[in-house]
Amino acid sequence: MDLITNLSIGFGVAFTAQNLVYAFLGCLLGTLIGVLPGIGPVATIAMLLPATYALPPVAALIMLAGIYYGAQYGGSTTAILVNLPGEASSVVTVIDGYQMARKGRAGPALAAAGLGSFFAGCVGTLILAGFAPPLTELAFKFGPAEYFSLMVLGLIGAVVLASGSLLKAITMILLGLAFGLVGTDVNSGVARYSFDIPELTDGISFIAIAMGVFGYGEIIANLAVPSSEREVFTAKVKGLMPTKQDFKDMTPAVLRGTALGSALGILPGGGALLSAFASYTIEKKVKLRPGEVPFGKGNIRGVAGPESANNAGAQTSFIPLLTLGIPPNAVMALMVGAMTIHNIQPGPQVMTSNPELFWGLIASMWIGNLMLIVLNLPLIGLWIKLLTIPYKWLFPAIVLFCAVGVYSENNNTFEIWMVAIFGVLGYMFHKLKCEPAPLLLGLILGPMMEENLRRALLLSRGDWSVLVTRPLSASLLFLAALLLVIVLLPSVKRKREEAFVEE
Amino acid sequence: MRIKSQRDFFSGVLFSAFGIAFAWGATTYNVGSGARMGPGYFPLIVGVLIAILGAIITLTALTIETEDGEPIGKIAWKPLVFIISANLIFGVLLGGLPSLGLPPMGLIVAIYALTFIASLAGDQFSAKGVVVLATILAIGSYIAFELALKLNFPIWPTFIA
Repeated sequence: MDLITNLSIGFGVAFTAQNLVYAFLGCLLGTLIGVLPGIGPVATIAMLLPATYALPPVAALIMLAGIYYGAQYGGSTTAILVNLPGEASSVVTVIDGYQMARKGRAGPALAAAGLGSFFAGCVGTLILAGFAPPLTELAFKFGPAEYFSLMVLGLIGAVVLASGSLLKAITMILLGLAFGLVGTDVNSGVARYSFDIPELTDGISFIAIAMGVFGYGEIIANLAVPSSEREVFTAKVKGLMPTKQDFKDMTPAVLRGTALGSALGILPGGGALLSAFASYTIEKKVKLRPGEVPFGKGNIRGVAGPESANNAGAQTSFIPLLTLGIPPNAVMALMVGAMTIHNIQPGPQVMTSNPELFWGLIASMWIGNLMLIVLNLPLIGLWIKLLTIPYKWLFPAIVLFCAVGVYSENNNTFEIWMVAIFGVLGYMFHKLKCEPAPLLLGLILGPMMEENLRRALLLSRGDWSVLVTRPLSASLLFLAALLLVIVLLPSVKRKREEAFVEE
Repeated sequence: MRIKSQRDFFSGVLFSAFGIAFAWGATTYNVGSGARMGPGYFPLIVGVLIAILGAIITLTALTIETEDGEPIGKIAWKPLVFIISANLIFGVLLGGLPSLGLPPMGLIVAIYALTFIASLAGDQFSAKGVVVLATILAIGSYIAFELALKLNFPIWPTFIA
């Protein structure tokens, strides 16, 4: 079958010793970078791009892909261990992953993230290999109105991320949207809410808010409890690997997440990110097995599902890149740059004109995923050891981590002040029981929503009904409304409150 | 009316205040219309929505009964002040304060200061332990950021380097 021959071309290219070394290097570098917040894969790839001039194109792309995956996995690691979402995609992992770590189950959490990602990566690669052309057809159907409605659906879904008051969660999303709007408006060039501070014209850095709200907020809240009463983090470290029961719980979540991620990743522009949130939403809706930990308190499905969705989405997000030449995010845009440097025009012809490159890249993505498991599963033991450090040594390190991490983004001390401000805000949110996760989602999606709304309204000449007259957009909005209604229904409301009962 | 939920009351009030301020700020930019959205259009919508939701939250806080009044509880001033100060001092020492004429002291000095001040936020402070921790962090940061990633942070004070 065509697929087999193509894949064998790819593996033939990717499995050379040289390329394997590059894949390994990329994964290692990527993981280290992903663990450190602030310096993300975008900056790293940008820095390493000139270094790849000398490398043959396949090797260069393999290494860059390794960095990308490594960074995603490294980001999950810090999210689980210290409640710091280093990338946008780790925001969901933070919620249940960190709670699992607090209960001494960091090992299973990390393993779930790794194995789920690997499985999703394999499936994603197969889908990419087999279905790239027909899937791009689907992506064509999405216009700006559909994107806007998809994001509304995503944001409403994010409300499910919060275990507390629904109203406050929606307001937090809107607050995130508001923070996301600070900066220069792309359309008009007007600097909004920048108060004449030059650094603010670029907007408020995601990392600064994430570090401040999640990092500092958590630390201050933890220190408020005297150390004798503080939950001892690691007294009950229950083994490094997931239990049989864990595997049984994880598997359906991984399957669902993979399906979701594969579907949503095709949409250029943040599909992979939304798939993580969508997966969490769906996992939360699936009935809890008796005896299962409620969501928000350390349910392994809340880690496995989103991680799989994320990775599957990351794989399938290569489809619009490789087939249409549309990069779904900044990292992919840099890959396009890398390809152009090597005189390869990404687009539909890549598949036929440079089959070794195309299939070699696909095969190397699979190898990258494998490499990550090989690298990281043994490391879980090391990470656990890190958690046994007494909190009084750990928290100054985290404070440093946050401050330095955000500084490393731009070498600008202004970001450090922002972390301080958001640290205060984060503690305030904690005291007022306002969930921070929806805020981060709103922050990321805000500018995109405005873009798409603007485009949709421009195309419809100011007619808001375009959002409901276009069938796909209407169905997405309907789903969003449905989701809202489901959440508001009394029976679900009772379940949410039960889940939310403080221990 | 009695405040039934202190947490929600303050959340609602703060949200409303923010929403109103944000919406007012939005009007200072060109709002435009649907077909020709100006920079102020979307922010105005968002600000108004936040203000409305904030008002609703405040209302529920005043009317819906809760078990214990949902108090905000004590504010942990000591950790708050020390952690934030540690962060601010780190920034000042790392990058310097040009407005006050303070030269950058570099990463190493900043790390020691941050570790020292942050450790004061906890309730178990031991000077020796802090020094050891700071040294480890300083060495680790040097290896990670300077040697491995080559990020060109200011490491030493400007008058030494």
